[in-house]
Amino acid sequence: MTKELVCVNCPLGCRLTVTVQHNQITAVSGNSCPRGKTYAESECIRPMRILTTTVRITNALHRVLPVITEQEIPLDLVMKAMEAVRNVKVAAPIQVGDIIVENLLGTGVNLVAARSMKQL
Amino acid sequence: MKKYQAIIIGGGSAGLSAAVTLKKNGIEDILVIEKDEEPGGILEQCIHNGFGLQTFKEQLSGPAYAERYVRMAEEYDVNILLNTMVTKLTADRVIEYVNAEEGTVQVQADAVILAVGCYERPRGGINITGTRPAGIYTAGQAQRYLNIDGYMVGKRVMILGSGDIGLIMARRMTLEGAEVVGVAELMPYSNGLPRNIKQCLEDFNIPLYLSHTITEVFGTDRLEKVEMMEVDAKSNPIPGTEHYFNVDTLLLSVGLIPENHLADQAGIQMDPSTKGPVVDDRYMTSAEGIFACGNGLHVHDLVDYVSLQAEKSAEGAVSYLQNGMPQGDALRIQNGNQVSYCVPSKFYPQTPVEKLTVYFRVREPLKNATLIIRSGDKIIRTMKKRILIPSVMEEALLLKKDMSGLTEPITIEIAEEK
Repeated sequence: MTKELVCVNCPLGCRLTVTVQHNQITAVSGNSCPRGKTYAESECIRPMRILTTTVRITNALHRVLPVITEQEIPLDLVMKAMEAVRNVKVAAPIQVGDIIVENLLGTGVNLVAARSMKQL
Repeated sequence: MKKYQAIIIGGGSAGLSAAVTLKKNGIEDILVIEKDEEPGGILEQCIHNGFGLQTFKEQLSGPAYAERYVRMAEEYDVNILLNTMVTKLTADRVIEYVNAEEGTVQVQADAVILAVGCYERPRGGINITGTRPAGIYTAGQAQRYLNIDGYMVGKRVMILGSGDIGLIMARRMTLEGAEVVGVAELMPYSNGLPRNIKQCLEDFNIPLYLSHTITEVFGTDRLEKVEMMEVDAKSNPIPGTEHYFNVDTLLLSVGLIPENHLADQAGIQMDPSTKGPVVDDRYMTSAEGIFACGNGLHVHDLVDYVSLQAEKSAEGAVSYLQNGMPQGDALRIQNGNQVSYCVPSKFYPQTPVEKLTVYFRVREPLKNATLIIRSGDKIIRTMKKRILIPSVMEEALLLKKDMSGLTEPITIEIAEEK
């Protein structure tokens, strides 16, 4: 059996063909980089996504700070993660990459600042 | 009047990349003029990921990508004038700008690079009938409110247009607790990148209504309801297909248009197919010494190409500052079968550049097609293309030897599968 997927890793959006035999992935084609293969494999088992959102920030140019998970987290945890992040508040100064939430929902993945923001 | 070697209008991805490239090439006396309160441009509100795989070989969010360029600009000591709006540009490169400290100022430059970005087609551009309630936003406007100012614009949302910003906002509003009831798309295919259909709609079970449009809005103070109808092959609504959604918010993602009023003012020749200036292989517009790049030249789907093209544009400006105009007359690079636009669209056969990447888009989705680059009857190159879609920008490569000595325009065309 083959499955058609669109890789979401980057805007190239490679169209992947995954061959599945006896519940095992036997081949992935159409990918232009190794990320595509990894994506196809996890997409068939437990889809994983990068989560990006914002948290409140004080003493800064803007009212919110964009944040991003350092790695993918399971797609089925994304809404739960939003709940966990909803009431997080930070204060400037913040450096890009600063850890905002450590080990988000026990996934082992940190939520980090997507940009720096100076203290006003 | 103060003079500069080069002035860059716009401090976003294109402008910063052009500024750094000028500095790297020894052009020191430059000024970047930016209307916002910080450099970085539209990427500051594009908090999603997927940027930078080409440029940095990393997957970055928009603000992180922008920060890389802001830092480079700092390292090269680029002079950026913030909170400053350019109000006038002339063909002899006189720029009038205005800000709170200096008032109105005129400056002149030997080279000008337009890196002005694009704007969103507004409601007025698509003729939706009905009242004028609050709750109707362009998708990018809602994105700025949410991702920079921290305001949610609504709770029950309909989106018209499946452009990338619309899709990204469908996911973003869903994550923030809104209910996105659907995305209506006039065309029988989406105008967004396939990855965004997958990760922004399918991941969250948001329906995409192809060949549908919003025909009427209802509500007095706030939007209460929208009417959606199916359309025929000529995009006309089909009577009897009316469908109603009770929503408080309608987001419009119905097209981006290069910001071109400065270029217009300077009398620069515009390309009706991109709605940006016509540029040659050095990214020079029809006005000598004025260059263009970024989304103000043509709308890109990937910032990495914006940065790359802005470098080329700045290299063009460096070459002009050092050597003047290219020798000989320019020939056109034309849109052939199924090609909706080509950028750049001019080249100099007597003095071609080493390597020219022509960016183009196709008119409709095509499968198993062949890209043909020709000059008159002479075929320069052909290339098989498995899938071509309008939302994905394509490239056609021209080498110096391909362009050298040609006497007829180059045509980029697609041969469709028989």
